[in-house]
Amino acid sequence: MAVEVPFGSSILDAARAVQVDIPTLCKHKDLLPTAACGLCIVKVGGSRKMPRACATEIEDGMEIVTHDAELTEIRKATIELILSNHPNACLTCGRNGDCELQTIAGNFGIRQDVIPRYVRDLEPDCSTGSIIMDFTKCIKCGRCVQVCQEMQNVWALSFLERGINNRMAPAGDISLSESPCVRCGQCSAHCPTGAIVENDETTTVWEALRDSSKYCVVQVAPSVRVALGEAFGYPPGTDLTGKIYSVLRRLGFKAVFDTTFAADLTILEEAAEFVDRFASGKGELPLITSCCPAWVDYMEKRFADFIPNFSTAKSPQQMLGVMAKTYFASESGIDPATIYQVSIMPCTAKKYELERSEEMYASGHKDVDVALTTREFARMIKQSGIAFRDLPEGKSDSILGTYSGAGVLFGNTGGVMEAALRTAYFMVSGKNLEKEAINIMPVRGLDGIKSAALDVQGTEVRVAVAHGLGNVERLLLTVRQARRNGEPPPYHFIEVMACPGGCIGGGGQPYGVCDELRRQRMKGIVDSDLGMALRFSHENPEIKKIYSDFLGEPLGEKAHQLLHTRYKDRPAYQR
Amino acid sequence: MDSGGIAAGAEDVVSFFRECGERGEVALPVVRTGSYGYAFADPLVEVKNAAADPPVLYGLVDKAVAARIVEEHIGQGRLINDHIVASRIRGLALDGPTTAILVKDTSQEDGDKTKFLQASILDELKNRDYGDRIQVVRALDMGIYQEGVVVQLLPSCVTYTNVLSRDIARIVDGCGPSGAVLNDLLHSRPDTQVRIVLRNCGKMDPESLNAAIAHGGYEGLVRAFTDGKPEAVIETIQASGLRGRGGAGFPTGLKWKLTRASEADHRFVICNADEGDPGAFMDRSILEGDPHAVLEGLILAAYAIGADKGFFYIRAEYPLAVKRVELALTQAREHGLLGRDILGSGWNFDAEVRLGAGAFVCGEETALIASIEGRRGSPEPRPPYPSVSGLWGKPTCINNVETLAAVPWIVAHGADAYARYGTGESKGTKVFAVTGKVRNSQLVEVPMGTPVREIIYDICGGMQDNLDLKGVQTGGPSGGIIPESRLDTPVAYESLQALGSIMGSGGMLAMNENDCMVDVVSFYLKFCVDESCGKCAPCRIGGYQMLQLLLKIGRGRGSLEDLEQIERICKTMQCASLCGLGQTAPNPVLSTLRFFKEEYLAYIEGGASYARKRKRALSEGKSLKEAG
Repeated sequence: MAVEVPFGSSILDAARAVQVDIPTLCKHKDLLPTAACGLCIVKVGGSRKMPRACATEIEDGMEIVTHDAELTEIRKATIELILSNHPNACLTCGRNGDCELQTIAGNFGIRQDVIPRYVRDLEPDCSTGSIIMDFTKCIKCGRCVQVCQEMQNVWALSFLERGINNRMAPAGDISLSESPCVRCGQCSAHCPTGAIVENDETTTVWEALRDSSKYCVVQVAPSVRVALGEAFGYPPGTDLTGKIYSVLRRLGFKAVFDTTFAADLTILEEAAEFVDRFASGKGELPLITSCCPAWVDYMEKRFADFIPNFSTAKSPQQMLGVMAKTYFASESGIDPATIYQVSIMPCTAKKYELERSEEMYASGHKDVDVALTTREFARMIKQSGIAFRDLPEGKSDSILGTYSGAGVLFGNTGGVMEAALRTAYFMVSGKNLEKEAINIMPVRGLDGIKSAALDVQGTEVRVAVAHGLGNVERLLLTVRQARRNGEPPPYHFIEVMACPGGCIGGGGQPYGVCDELRRQRMKGIVDSDLGMALRFSHENPEIKKIYSDFLGEPLGEKAHQLLHTRYKDRPAYQR
Repeated sequence: MDSGGIAAGAEDVVSFFRECGERGEVALPVVRTGSYGYAFADPLVEVKNAAADPPVLYGLVDKAVAARIVEEHIGQGRLINDHIVASRIRGLALDGPTTAILVKDTSQEDGDKTKFLQASILDELKNRDYGDRIQVVRALDMGIYQEGVVVQLLPSCVTYTNVLSRDIARIVDGCGPSGAVLNDLLHSRPDTQVRIVLRNCGKMDPESLNAAIAHGGYEGLVRAFTDGKPEAVIETIQASGLRGRGGAGFPTGLKWKLTRASEADHRFVICNADEGDPGAFMDRSILEGDPHAVLEGLILAAYAIGADKGFFYIRAEYPLAVKRVELALTQAREHGLLGRDILGSGWNFDAEVRLGAGAFVCGEETALIASIEGRRGSPEPRPPYPSVSGLWGKPTCINNVETLAAVPWIVAHGADAYARYGTGESKGTKVFAVTGKVRNSQLVEVPMGTPVREIIYDICGGMQDNLDLKGVQTGGPSGGIIPESRLDTPVAYESLQALGSIMGSGGMLAMNENDCMVDVVSFYLKFCVDESCGKCAPCRIGGYQMLQLLLKIGRGRGSLEDLEQIERICKTMQCASLCGLGQTAPNPVLSTLRFFKEEYLAYIEGGASYARKRKRALSEGKSLKEAG
């Protein structure tokens, strides 16, 4: 079969172009080949050598055999070797039914252990509370290490020791919580096996739901609604907001809030902050967004000199948390001490954010009690026996539940910027952006760093958006350099999301993330914004109401006390 | 003296001579050299008395022997018994009177025959009144083996073999002023060895640039600069047929050509001195014995490919080599052989040393590059080859020590002079470190195509203790084992590969009838298992699991299914491992399964009791024949 592919394509890509799947356990679409697993070997021309399809560039006129009896036998033996070094505890594994190793072993029809098992006795790392690492299940594909070092520039993970003792571990053999890890969870999203999984807290949530003394409320993040469907056979990007509300009520939550409401609230505070700094000169520029907890942790560990630039506005999760336990509690006459709040998040770092600092207890209680990732949420639905696909569309609670299209945009990279600019423009000029200018296209898309210049009443506002922590350093160094040279900042407003694509590509989202999938989820987000009549955070009637009834003014005293936080310089290594 | 000599006590001997010099007892300068290659006779001392006298090489010199050298040889002109390593030059004519006769029984039963012959010759000399003029000395080694009693006349180096009592009178006759060579006894075959790479090792002070220049150092560089363009150097190396001596045997000239052809603002050259095969010490000896030759080779390589920076990647376990290379770099820099505008050519180049931290896999070129860059030393997939994208993404040429040491000689003497030696596809000479159960472990340099048998028997004196040779392991842990029946195989890349072995870097280990192949193979495989970086699954797990199966067989608990599984894992490792370490680690297993399968089967059929019996026999020093 002849195949024509772009220059620079690998044999693996070329085979995929003609619907041939060469097996691999280490190559991930997001990453450069590590060439570790050895499964993608192919035959080229008459050569005796068997190069790896993932790492071999295709050449003109190359003749490639991707499948034959010999290759299949070698691949099978390699899989058997990998299984001989794996606990094969599939039934009790977090990836049961959704594991690349399990799938490939199944596809190759492996029915018995032909090689005696040898698995090192290694303690799991549960130190972060966000991510669980079971090193015995690691097949040393190298994805997480590449994700952590190169994609995210965090450098928490590395390989230690060599030979059969080679293992993935936090660099320096310390615990993950002592390492520079920011709990973004991208390692878990890219792991082919159950070696890195989110800390599953579904049991805790079930217990709370069954506890009649607790008044369980829930909030669901913007990006969850366009990704959850993948676990139930929907095409990626399908907006399932209505069904999610329904299922949450059926699960027993007494109030269903939407984090997107709090995204609008965040925008009001953050846009006000920006206007304060930009127009009134109060505070440092650029203003940098702070709604991503992994990014906050990264900044505190690596760029603490930017603390004055950070928006003090809390993330939507925490804003909704404190509003539920103050405003909602008093409006509904419920003792906030009995309110148990669960958040459904695309993110493993959100679990960490719950107890990040004392400001996360602004209501006098722990504002949000537990954060579940999308993956855990899907698991809960499946446990509940509810036929998710057949559910009717539900509604959120009208208080803390209504949201604008701008709030939905939070779920993808550039979205916070876009939403904030829509409102900041209004705050400065007193009028909304023209209809054709509402979509701020330059901040959309998957380029690692995006920048734009916007005209606000004759003044240029320069903004930049970075996603994927690996892109941040480059951006911030230009700011730092300008500051050192005494020049005006290259940007006035910067948005950073730790995960590539933003929250739709979060570390807690359903598996299989790659740019293609990110685009589909992003489309779901953007379509949702487009489909809404309400596209400005400041026009959200519930937001208006909450300020007039309860909070007063953005950046006012009450808002400051409940909706803002502080940052501190933290050492990258805690040991 | 190299590290081997120092380990054998050479430092004591040097300080003894120095002290004698300070006390005025010795008027001669004391010079440290590299290793001559005669590891079996370390420490070695060469006495170069007056210009007229031929130099005399003494082996196994300790302080007591050194004291005798000072008193008897230097003081009184008397040679010392049982320590002389005879010259490998085979004289064919007696020019001038004989001053000394070396005698040595070269049969394996070295009893009193040497002493008896010595006494007989002395008697005969006395009969002719030569007694006070000609010394008769028992030698340590003649470089000739299994040829009965060997006699060498000095200074002519005329050598007689298979000398019997009845020949003594004739030999002594020949020592007279009008003596003639006895053609029936004459050993006229020239020495098998050809020293190109080892040309200066053991002959000069490796810490002196002047000595290097006096021995022809940097002639190649001067010639390259005066003769023409860098391309001309590449052409010469291509015409010489030189192939990489690190193991894979890639044509050196082609590698240079490809690196030069890669467009870039910088290019790098690296000398790979991460020698790590068990039993291999070629590269160490060269670096310790003639560092300037390797440096000159590196400079020539850099000039040829257009590099501006070079590295010596030397394993940290070679401190003396590191010291001598550092010194050579400093000297070269001071004398304008490195740095800006080298020898007025307008071309700039400098080099520095980087230490390897003890990982065998860092000899693999992509892992070596990672190590120099400060990353974990794990191999990367190739292509891209380093010649296109190597160190810091720049075109990089990596050559082994021995390859680089041959380069200056080729440039100075011409491609034809080098290509004269060797076989069709394997040109020139190759250095081997011959160890194991041979009589004389040593470094040898022979033309490609020399049969293994000749190296083991004619150069290294055959096997110790008259035991039968079972096999010769070549190529270290990546190589195979050549059985006795294939010993006439010439050493060349193709012929060794056809036997399931490889040339490798040049380790050659002889095994005798008491060596158990299952044990030997387990040892080599364990080496690879320990040294695997653990990156790719086939090598990381395959090596470990295969070793478990081999050990199981060695305990007498194995089955024929285990043997099948071993062969299956071998195939998987060969085809699916990422780098050479994993791809070649099964070679010892496969070659022994081919030539010594009966030993595996004996364990499988004999079971645990057989395995115990063999282990006990070996631990009690009994032969396997006795154990049955």
